[in-house]
Amino acid sequence: MADRRETKSSYTADRGMPGAFEGETVTRRRFMTSTAHVAGGVAAAAFLLPALGFAIGPVFEHFHQPWQVVGDVGDFGPDTYVPRTINLVEGIGDSGKSTVYVRKYNPSVDTVKRDQYNNYIAISTSCMHLGCPVHYVNAAQRFICPCHGGVYDFLGKVQGGPPVRPLDRFYTRVVGTKVLIGARYSVNSELKRYSPRDPGEPLDGIGPILYPSTPDLRLH
Amino acid sequence: MPKIKVPAPPVPDQLKPQPKRPGKEYGPQTPVEQGAEAGASAVNWIDERTSLSGAARWMMFRKVPKGTNWFYTLGSATMFAFLSQAVTGVFLAMYYTPSPTQAYDSVRHINNDVFLGEFVHGMHKWGSSVMVVLIFLHMGRTFFFGAYKYPRELNWVIGVVLLILTMTMAFTGYLLPFDQRSYWASIVGVNINGTGPIIGPYLSDFLRGGPYFGATTLSRFYAIHMLLVPGAIAALMGFHLYLVARLGTTAPPWMKPKTAEALREETVST
Repeated sequence: MADRRETKSSYTADRGMPGAFEGETVTRRRFMTSTAHVAGGVAAAAFLLPALGFAIGPVFEHFHQPWQVVGDVGDFGPDTYVPRTINLVEGIGDSGKSTVYVRKYNPSVDTVKRDQYNNYIAISTSCMHLGCPVHYVNAAQRFICPCHGGVYDFLGKVQGGPPVRPLDRFYTRVVGTKVLIGARYSVNSELKRYSPRDPGEPLDGIGPILYPSTPDLRLH
Repeated sequence: MPKIKVPAPPVPDQLKPQPKRPGKEYGPQTPVEQGAEAGASAVNWIDERTSLSGAARWMMFRKVPKGTNWFYTLGSATMFAFLSQAVTGVFLAMYYTPSPTQAYDSVRHINNDVFLGEFVHGMHKWGSSVMVVLIFLHMGRTFFFGAYKYPRELNWVIGVVLLILTMTMAFTGYLLPFDQRSYWASIVGVNINGTGPIIGPYLSDFLRGGPYFGATTLSRFYAIHMLLVPGAIAALMGFHLYLVARLGTTAPPWMKPKTAEALREETVST
């Protein structure tokens, strides 16, 4: 349909913009349309972005694990594990508690280099298959998982079943006569320390690249 | 352009416009007559302002192919399973507390103290399995009858999204009773999500709302279970149904199109 007004600008005529003024590259209708779109986009972003940040914020928030007393130095021997309960998450009652198996460093068995954080070995009870609770069977000197049959040896290394890496450990230190438990860390099959990972994430080979540590638990 | 004559939809006789009876030109006169037509006039009042009757006729009085059978009811059955879940879920939410320290006790309160509480909770719990079974049977019917083919591919895709959303409902709802089984099943489920490379660790942190199963995990699952996913399911179900009405249903694969006798002879003679 032809416009009543003449198209003067060859520039606008080429672009098929009838009724445009001389030199006008954006018609008023186009300008109004895009302004409305931008305003709508800004309005939507104004509530969507904060909501999204609200939902994914905890992923990037650092989680602080305080040192907790689990007993006296005399409570733990080098040959067997003693179960102790620690608070992993505060304020949610029993579901925030977790069992940790503690023993003294045993030079005849332990291959890791001794430093100030492993005079006492604290093993996490979260199975490295999918996170079920393992328990220590003293007669067999093994950690056994009830869910899918994961078996770990005395050091927490995988001996059978589906787990992908040895049981996680906790930093320990001695203050006076008390044994304290701190942050969790993960280990590969040589018991080398890594920032904590979730169960089911292997740490051998390219594992640490495929399964990066997340900011909330990364150790500095 | 020649005017195309659209065939009138098959409407029951009662709904067709009736010729006026003699002496009734000005509508019902006495209060008794007006009372007798109160229902019809209320419907008319709404229809005059919304024109919804056309949409209702379009949706409900559709032509279906010969051979339509009981297998075609599986989709509606899934929808009614969802409606049952929605209604029982709303009433369970009146008594449930999504807090790690109170959730288990509130569920025990529903089961042991609330009138019909165990029944409504049981409907919701077993109904979820019913819905998952029905949605798979409906999917199997669609697959084996070839009802996913052109022009219904988009409806298949929407159906797959609805299946995923239904599984999300089953996963997030499993945690809510907060007993030993639901707690450890959710730990395992979140860790399965974590085994995806690169984004897995972030995904499981997102689901838990932190590195450990914490104070916000339960309320997060609860919000996803009762607000986010049901809304998406209801919206997609509406679009799914719209496309069913728009495109019609398919005949079962064993129904062969019947060729007219005259055409068949014509084919033979040439």
